[in-house]
Amino acid sequence: MSANGAPVERHHILTVLVENKAGVLARVAGLFSRRGYNIFSLAVAPTDDDRFSRLTIVVDVESAPLEQVVNQLDKLVNVVTISELAPASAVQRELLLATVAAAPAERSQVIQLVGVFGGEVVDVGADRLTVMLAGPPEKLDGFEGLLATYEVVDLQRTGRVALPRIDVQPPTSRRLRTVGPPAAS
Amino acid sequence: MQLTGAQALIKSLEMEGVEVMFGLPGGAILPVYDPILSSSIRHVLVRHEQGAGHMAEGYALATGRPGVAMVTSGPGATNIVTPLSNAYMDSTPLVVISGQVPTAAIGTDAFQECDITGVTMGITKHNWLVKSAEDIPDVVASAFHVATTGRPGPVLVDVPKDVSFAEMEWHWPGNLDLPGYRVPGAPQRADIEAAVALMAAAERPVIYAGGGILKARAAEALRALAERTGFPVVTTLMARGAFPDSHPQCLGMPGMHGNYTAVTAMQRADLLVALGARFDDRVTGRVDAFAPRAKVVHVDIDAAELHKVRRADVAIAGDCKVVIEALVEAAAPAFGELGPATRIDKWWDQLRRWQRDVPLHYERHDGPPIKPQMVVETLRDASPPDTIVASGVGQHQMWASQYWRFDHPYTWINSGGAGTMGFAVPAAIGAKVGHPERTVWAIDGDGCFQMTAQEIVTATAERIPIKVAILNNAYLGMVRQWQEMFYGERYSEVYLSPDLPDYVKWAEAMGAVGLRAESPEEVAPTIEKANAVEDRPVVVDFRTDAFEKVFPMVPAGASNDDIVVHPEHEERAGAERLAWERLAEEQRR
Repeated sequence: MSANGAPVERHHILTVLVENKAGVLARVAGLFSRRGYNIFSLAVAPTDDDRFSRLTIVVDVESAPLEQVVNQLDKLVNVVTISELAPASAVQRELLLATVAAAPAERSQVIQLVGVFGGEVVDVGADRLTVMLAGPPEKLDGFEGLLATYEVVDLQRTGRVALPRIDVQPPTSRRLRTVGPPAAS
Repeated sequence: MQLTGAQALIKSLEMEGVEVMFGLPGGAILPVYDPILSSSIRHVLVRHEQGAGHMAEGYALATGRPGVAMVTSGPGATNIVTPLSNAYMDSTPLVVISGQVPTAAIGTDAFQECDITGVTMGITKHNWLVKSAEDIPDVVASAFHVATTGRPGPVLVDVPKDVSFAEMEWHWPGNLDLPGYRVPGAPQRADIEAAVALMAAAERPVIYAGGGILKARAAEALRALAERTGFPVVTTLMARGAFPDSHPQCLGMPGMHGNYTAVTAMQRADLLVALGARFDDRVTGRVDAFAPRAKVVHVDIDAAELHKVRRADVAIAGDCKVVIEALVEAAAPAFGELGPATRIDKWWDQLRRWQRDVPLHYERHDGPPIKPQMVVETLRDASPPDTIVASGVGQHQMWASQYWRFDHPYTWINSGGAGTMGFAVPAAIGAKVGHPERTVWAIDGDGCFQMTAQEIVTATAERIPIKVAILNNAYLGMVRQWQEMFYGERYSEVYLSPDLPDYVKWAEAMGAVGLRAESPEEVAPTIEKANAVEDRPVVVDFRTDAFEKVFPMVPAGASNDDIVVHPEHEERAGAERLAWERLAEEQRR
């Protein structure tokens, strides 16, 4: 199950390499909205080649067949490559930041919980602390659930990023576009 | 060589072979209008920017070359949004240059500022905001490349005023920097063979030819395929002329107002060979009831069209011309032995029966008012065979498509997907600019004419002698037809008046010849007079029957089986349907 309790099969991960140009995100978001496709989560960041950025889009395919979404996305001139990652054959990570109200008496419990999950305490105040956890989305779901026992003041997740696993040749992962960024990267 | 951005822009257009552009200057685009004075490019000054866009579309549709329009920022740019949307729906190659406020003013709500790249993102194939004069040649070359290759479409290049003023070192790009843009290559051999296998096995095949045939310049290839296979061909509204109406294998237009044979042939087909067509709702009617027994071969250069509406059995992403030529070649062995005529002769018997029993029909009579279909027929018979016909949107458009005889590609200029009223007059002007030697008739409605008639002034001033036939029924006729048929004859806001405005006087005020025909016997002589005018535009006000409806008609959302034919043919069409249902029932048992 994913964070909102929907069955995982509804969600497909697309990693989309785009030209790093003004308005690219608007073009992608606009395409999704005008064609009635749903984005479950979206993460954007530059790649090691500053001409390109990578979007990791988790698509809710109840709204449209994945094939349509990919073919329409593929038509955007600034979209360079699209890969669909089957969850089983991808490494997925997400980051969670949460500020928790914890009086000194409770503080150690929270710190312990963070320790169990392998997270970090990144900020501490008189009666609250901010914690961080990076990991697979399901792990974050579990952590978020346990954290709810305390008073969560603020919580933010990044949406997932993903890359194909190196050691397996995933049978269900298809490289939808083979032309990658020019050799410079 | 040092040039200003403005000079580089015009020089880039010249490098792209642009011979004419349509536009209207204003503040932000002013610098670019200066080098036009010394350019080889003809500029046609329009009276409204929408006119510039539709003229560029008409030019593109008639010539196959990209149409170019230029406008200023803000309202100038928003006025061309409709043509961009229209060109996007009909895959027409269009390059629009818009002025923008200076870079430093962008985002400050400056005078005549509008985020036109944002506004047009969803209705252009791509658009660019040019940030530096250095980029102009590359952006213009990219814009033309994107507009004209793959599935063609409109693009917009937004040029801030300071970028036009800035100096740059002239250069013309060798390679374009478009890492994300590719068009499909040659089809897979296996797909071609799979398609031919379906074609060879079909008993009731129909070739469903769409506008992509014309975009790919594949009319000859289509004819070769039709003649090799002996298959009947329907030509959609966007494909009229792609296969000659006078060809014995042509069934004409399918769809909401298609003829009975074309519509029913698709419904009863066991194979649809869709070539550059996109299963538009106006063709399919209710999708789940469309061509229920047909396997589908679908060829389109836009992979996103494949399986979008109808799952194809063989889907080929590729250029129509390349794919059809491959099909013709691959079909040779399978179709050589039997000969096309005998292979599906039962199907042809059926098709001929429908053509004979339920043809296009209207009631002819001698007195006024004039039947609109009769105007189209008389015009058709009085005009040279390569005449270009432009139309607006509505009843007159359907009658023009139904009753004209399209025997040549690129002679039918209309607004298909977007359904843009007011398209005819400016589009006809653009077509005439592209083909000054040909006769260009706009067949227009009175409602449509009033939307863009001011461009007749442009036509007179620029000596572009188009001819306009207004089928003046004093109504927004298609809306009136729907209100009559589906809203219990409750006519709401559709009456326009036959003589307000006075179209003859209006035409004369715009420097055109104005003529009027009020009864059937005046139609032919008036057309003759209009055809004799060569030095200026002509507008003819045909007073037509307000109560005439377009038949056949498939009501919106209904199955194509529920086609409503002319009342006179209802019985035959009904009997035909019963016979078919009985046959289907027997086959089920």
